[in-house]
Amino acid sequence: MLQGYGPLIASGTWMTLQLALLALAAALLLGLLGASARLSASRLLQTLAAGYTTLIRSVPDLVTMLLLFYSLQIALNHLTEWAGAGQIDIDPFVAGVVTLGIIYGAYFTETFRGAFQAVPRGQLEAAVAYGMTPWQVFRRVLFPQMMRFALPGIGNNWQVMIKATALVSIIGLSDVVKATQDAGKGSLQLFFFSLVAAAIYLAITTVSTLLLAWLGRHYAAGVRKAEL
Amino acid sequence: MYQLTVEELHKQYGTHEVLKGVSLKARAGDVISIIGSSGSGKSTFLRCINFLEQPSKGRIFVGNEEVRTVADHHGALRAADARQLQRLRTRLAMVFQHFNLWGHMTVLENVIEAPVNVLGLDRVEALVRARKYLAKVGLAATVEDKYPSHLSGGQQQRVAIARALAMEPDVMLFDEPTSALDPELVGEVLRVMQALAEEGRTMVVVTHEMGFAREVSNHVIFLHQGRIEEQGDPKQVLVAPRSERLAQFLSGSLK
Amino acid sequence: MNEIIAIVQEYGQAYLWSDGYRLSGLAMTLWLLLLSIVIGFVMSVPLAVARVSSNRLISGPVWLYTYVFRGTPLYIQLLIIYSGIYSLEAVRAQPLLDAFFREGFNCTLLAFALNTCAYTTEVFAGMIRETPHGEIEAARAYGMSRFTLYRRIILPSALRRALPSYSNEVILMLHSTSIAFTATVPDLLKVARDVNSATYASFEAFGLAAVLYASVVFALVWLFRRCERRWLAFLQPRAH
Repeated sequence: MLQGYGPLIASGTWMTLQLALLALAAALLLGLLGASARLSASRLLQTLAAGYTTLIRSVPDLVTMLLLFYSLQIALNHLTEWAGAGQIDIDPFVAGVVTLGIIYGAYFTETFRGAFQAVPRGQLEAAVAYGMTPWQVFRRVLFPQMMRFALPGIGNNWQVMIKATALVSIIGLSDVVKATQDAGKGSLQLFFFSLVAAAIYLAITTVSTLLLAWLGRHYAAGVRKAEL
Repeated sequence: MYQLTVEELHKQYGTHEVLKGVSLKARAGDVISIIGSSGSGKSTFLRCINFLEQPSKGRIFVGNEEVRTVADHHGALRAADARQLQRLRTRLAMVFQHFNLWGHMTVLENVIEAPVNVLGLDRVEALVRARKYLAKVGLAATVEDKYPSHLSGGQQQRVAIARALAMEPDVMLFDEPTSALDPELVGEVLRVMQALAEEGRTMVVVTHEMGFAREVSNHVIFLHQGRIEEQGDPKQVLVAPRSERLAQFLSGSLK
Repeated sequence: MNEIIAIVQEYGQAYLWSDGYRLSGLAMTLWLLLLSIVIGFVMSVPLAVARVSSNRLISGPVWLYTYVFRGTPLYIQLLIIYSGIYSLEAVRAQPLLDAFFREGFNCTLLAFALNTCAYTTEVFAGMIRETPHGEIEAARAYGMSRFTLYRRIILPSALRRALPSYSNEVILMLHSTSIAFTATVPDLLKVARDVNSATYASFEAFGLAAVLYASVVFALVWLFRRCERRWLAFLQPRAH
């Protein structure tokens, strides 16, 4: 059915999944750092983090992606020139992970900030009153509670980010979009292979939806039990 | 001539029969209070009259026009002619326990909404009507442009009564109009209802307010487990109940 | 800094409204946004009503449509419509279809409108479902027909409550227009890419586009805040 393009498309799909998962990890990390900065006592950190999320979220993903991709390459060229080394081309995969991580880190910052603020202050006071250290308060009370509030937002951002990975083929990554387009051009069946790309994405988002619904139920069940 | 006639109304939820043949006749100027404990079926009865809920048996006449019905495959009666039902509903204005004002409309817009868009009244005429009835329920012109969420419960219920009056209906149906109100706001709504009764309006009122039932209404119906247990002149029925259940009910709620 | 000034002087007009002989840059982006938003809105209202229907035969197809269009990237939808459909022999053989799908602009607009309509339909359908039940009951008790009920009560209330989510969708749609260049539409990002390949001043070329996009977002946010103050006043709790 795939006229021999199966392996190509499979490896493209695998590339897309790796990209999405690594970018998710980077974005989650940046989001936690960003949220901590936004909620920190330092004015400077607050302003920096607010500027980061506002700017990134005002500019289209694709524009930020191209801006970072080309600018990073130019900066790298300056660096290698200065060091007297030969030009190093940025790998599109690394560029994809870094740019998606930076972009979605901004969205996760806002998700985590909202979730941290949703944790009742009284519970933190209780933890302090029982003699916990600040680190214990964070690890034992604040973080687990926060994750419960953040889960829907995390799921939502993940779904948006998966779809954004399709854009990375524009900066030259051999992902599922590139693979299906190549297969389409090679077999003169562009329409069919574009539909294959859509079907693969639909499968990924469907599995994500089911997984997130399961996670949501899992948490909700815990909450009901705890409230009894 | 009766303004509203309900004959042998039955209502079934699955196998559970909540109304087991309840009848009611209202002449012009009658104020009928329907009392009973929760679960007696009194609200369901009222909501069946304008088909917000579907009875399973029985006939309903507004004036001398019968609501034409057909049984659906669950055995519930549906209005056979949606247009007829819509027309008859405009003659039976309902006031709800939770007011059910339209949240995105101001007070004035709420009151002119159905006269303009259902009765087809001219907007200017509807505004005159609306202001008249808002004044009648004791609301100052300053609340006209407020949204329902910005009013107190008592004010909202009085807007809802003005909305019902603006339909100039034959019969007003009140579904526990004071039950959702804070105790200190109950009086303002009851006073408005008493004034309407004294004007000779035909009202059917499901209520927990025994004072209202006794002093304002001219007929009281006590529902118990889906049947009329006792009915008659409130001065007699509520003062000297014949049935043991009504006596129990009254001693419980008249404390 | 000098490069920015040089770029603005040479390409400023292309960035903003015209590359000399046709609409380009920001004006093209806004035109695309406006058309797709308007078409998407007009189609989404009846679709949202169908989406909440208790009849599966009516709500099912709408569910499938929004599920597929929300579950796949817009970029792929554009690829299917622009290069995919036009690669079909049958489409090119039909003069009307040939004329339509040959134009990158038409394909882009079709993809954008279908995409934003899917998201908007779900937003509106969600709000219709959340209409307070008592308000619907009151409307029925006052003799409203189904049509009047939707026209006067459910839709005005739902569309207003949808405003915050809808403004979000409009901003996301503005962002999405940036893929129009892949179908040769001379939008803001297309101009930025051309400038980048002509000058190699990547940071300035894309930075300028980023600033313009961000300005539109800020303007949209301001506009929608005003709309919300006007039309969502009814949701604010009363001040005591």
